Amino acid sequence: MRVAFQLNGKPVETEVEPGMNVLEFLRSLGVFSVKHGCDHGECGSCTVLVDDKPQNACLMLMGTLDGERIETLEGLNARRRMELMQAAFLDEGAIQCGYCTPAMLLALESLLRANPKPDEAAIREVFSGIYCRCTGYVKPMVAAKKVALGEVDG
Amino acid sequence: MNSSPEKVLERVGKITRRVDGTALAKGKPVFADDIHLPEMLHLKILRSPHAHARIREIRTEKALKISGVVLILTHKDFPVHYFTTAGQGYPEPSPRDIRILDETVRYVGDRVVVVAAETLAAAEAGLAAIEVDYDILPANFDPEKAQEGNPVLHPETGKIDIHDAAHNVASQLEASLGDIQQGFEESEWVFEGRYSTPYAQQAHIEPHITLTWMDADERLVIRTSTQVPFHVRRIVAEVLDYPMRNIRVIKPRVGGAFGGKQEILNEELCAAVTLRTGRPARLEFTRAEELYAARSRHPQIVLFKIGVNADYTLNAIDMDILENCGAYGPHALTVMSVTAQKALTLYRSPHVHVRGQAVYTNLSVAGAYRGYGAPQGFFALESIMDEIAHALTIDPIEFRHKNYVTTGEDVPIAKILGEGREGFPVVIESTGMRECLEEGKKLIDWELLRTAEKSGPERRGVGVACAAQGSGIAGIDMGAVFIKMNEDASFNLLLGATDLGTGSDTALAQIAAEVLEVPVENILVYSSDTDMTPFDTGAYASSTTYISGGAVKKAAEKLKARILEQGLILLKEESGRIDNGLVLGSNGGRISYQEICTRSFYTENQTQLMATASHMSYDSPPPFNATFADVTVDVETGLVRVNKIVSVTDAGQVINPHMAAGQVEGAIPQSLGMALSEFMIFDDTGTPVNTSFRDYHIFTAIDMPEIVTRFIHTHEPTGPFGAKAVAEIPINGPAVAVTNAIFNACGVRIRNLPVTPDKILLKFTEPDL
Repeated sequence: MRVAFQLNGKPVETEVEPGMNVLEFLRSLGVFSVKHGCDHGECGSCTVLVDDKPQNACLMLMGTLDGERIETLEGLNARRRMELMQAAFLDEGAIQCGYCTPAMLLALESLLRANPKPDEAAIREVFSGIYCRCTGYVKPMVAAKKVALGEVDG
Repeated sequence: MNSSPEKVLERVGKITRRVDGTALAKGKPVFADDIHLPEMLHLKILRSPHAHARIREIRTEKALKISGVVLILTHKDFPVHYFTTAGQGYPEPSPRDIRILDETVRYVGDRVVVVAAETLAAAEAGLAAIEVDYDILPANFDPEKAQEGNPVLHPETGKIDIHDAAHNVASQLEASLGDIQQGFEESEWVFEGRYSTPYAQQAHIEPHITLTWMDADERLVIRTSTQVPFHVRRIVAEVLDYPMRNIRVIKPRVGGAFGGKQEILNEELCAAVTLRTGRPARLEFTRAEELYAARSRHPQIVLFKIGVNADYTLNAIDMDILENCGAYGPHALTVMSVTAQKALTLYRSPHVHVRGQAVYTNLSVAGAYRGYGAPQGFFALESIMDEIAHALTIDPIEFRHKNYVTTGEDVPIAKILGEGREGFPVVIESTGMRECLEEGKKLIDWELLRTAEKSGPERRGVGVACAAQGSGIAGIDMGAVFIKMNEDASFNLLLGATDLGTGSDTALAQIAAEVLEVPVENILVYSSDTDMTPFDTGAYASSTTYISGGAVKKAAEKLKARILEQGLILLKEESGRIDNGLVLGSNGGRISYQEICTRSFYTENQTQLMATASHMSYDSPPPFNATFADVTVDVETGLVRVNKIVSVTDAGQVINPHMAAGQVEGAIPQSLGMALSEFMIFDDTGTPVNTSFRDYHIFTAIDMPEIVTRFIHTHEPTGPFGAKAVAEIPINGPAVAVTNAIFNACGVRIRNLPVTPDKILLKFTEPDL
């Protein structure tokens, strides 16, 4: 089937197997920041933003993408707020292996779009969809709180 | 505590951004799977549905007719050759009991067939079309019955280093110090306890993933997410009988490993397909495969019998370990050795005896997992220490103060045990154990929580656990380094050491920068590529900072001496010194690193300034840790909530404070998982039940208690800039600190992990006091 959607601000129109999942499709395009972790929408490594909301790409079928607006880290890297978040993650030691980092950043970006001044509970809630096995979420929480409080030096 | 005799450190001990951090933060394609290879084949493994069976026939005709299926490999395609999947030093101390593909399957999940196809979907369709006839064999799932030999899992001749195949004993150890019987007879009190820990999973988020291809020179390239690239090269060369010189192993960024990738689990299959087809191949595990068909923490049953003197010092420790290795024995002996060696290093006792047996069962295969046997040992040891303190009505912290080893003490049992073979003398050169306990006691509010009223449905309690670990494997681990200078005073640091996400590339860059007196940004790290970097045994046993860091320090010091020598030649001076990127001659001449290197390349006394070094150590200084847990037990529901964990560590000189704290913060939820939410369940046919993250629950952001980490500064004279290891030590304490806190809260003693509500409720009606 034919689907048309927006990926990182650019229109994409493509012929796909409707049952192909979005994770597989994005990675086939070289959108490698979207990671495979668990196959079942549990770990959140494959998080993408769909109309500003974090979604597990491994659970989305290509057939459902028509008309949607998809964002990944590749499309946000040059944005000011993303740079500040990345700086906070780097300065606070919030990145260890870095496999879940793109997903965490997208989840936080999504939260900040809806709520520019989130409290700790709101950050914890949005991070709860992203599994991290390295950090215990301690330093990612510190970095995210710093971003939320506008305390990052870019 | 020891004082630091070294000069003021400017790069070591400072918060530094990760050298690989920007690429990771931007989601750059730096992991194994982040490349596209033309004409790549996708591999899938057909796994046994039976816990023990002999394959009568495999019919592949239908599968081969499926469009896109290119190659199917079975046991008939590989000669009978036994090896171990454990990525360890050579010759490996693990039994050689496994084949690439075998005609007997020994657990649900054992490999049967490999399908290579043009697409993943075609490979999966191929898998579904393969028909296998099995003769079902009896199976045993109980490690306590394994030695009955019904069935014998490994009767085949040709398997090497199985301790007693007829009784399913993969490995055995026994060691003695003093006279254990006499020790008990002399003791004022004798206590006994039996403790057990379950299968637990490393659960690195990046699954095992390998890509292989032939390069332009017809050499096999293996790009793989591994902790042990040099062991991958050696083992693949051996099992495929392919020349080592024609293999290059590249370790890109690794998405977590925790021991799970100290194993050769898919590299040789990918390589076999590439060698047979000439085409690139890719094999990635599903999460289900990770959970039941990769590796896990060895379940252990540990019995302690401890004799205590009237002054509360320990007089005799008898330890008995029964380790379940599952169907094969990778790491069987060495994990058990570490269980014994680390636990028996912590407290002095004149009489010690330990016996350990690692047995085969028809269950998932255990292997290396952060802590490597020590978490099991400390769960038992720190449980019984808590029980003794309670029975003798002495404060658990005071009891420990009377017993842990201190600076200058010899630990004779550690030498006797070693790791897989007799070790080397162990003398404690640095310990901050007392300060760890005292600092943690304040941070957790010990007195208040311990003595608070314990009544009502919600009861709060506090627990403590001490732990030791090592820093590398004494006399075995070796790391090597090559460092060369560039004209702009940058340095390429080429390391065999393998950064798995721990940040070791950064820590090692800090060590090089400290010696060379340049900013950390001047150190360009390239690690773990068997063609490009020198050898390293790999990232395991808490070895990288201590062992590879030792090599970095040596190489940087050699290079610094060369820079000084060359600088003085260029200055035409006899003597001088280096100060912050300048060579200063005694007669007033000065020349920058940049000028020294540039003139050395192009104009005068021409040379490449460079150095190499290797480092091995007969010491493996233990880092020490005290972990405290503050918990609330709901005695009506049996639910346990961990409110706070305080973890105080003596890791010697900390190289990078953020990264060291990060190791502790990441280890805590792994241990809490083993205590509270992570355990594998098998049904009565040996089939794993919880094979997804939905059913195997690792801690998420909302499950986390408050975490407080602190470091006690000591100086380890044998470590680079005084450093000891930090990666594993913090995983040993949290689980048992929690069970000790549960006891303090409500009087229920959990001796068998995991803690589940039914155990609290059941025991609450009959408190085990």
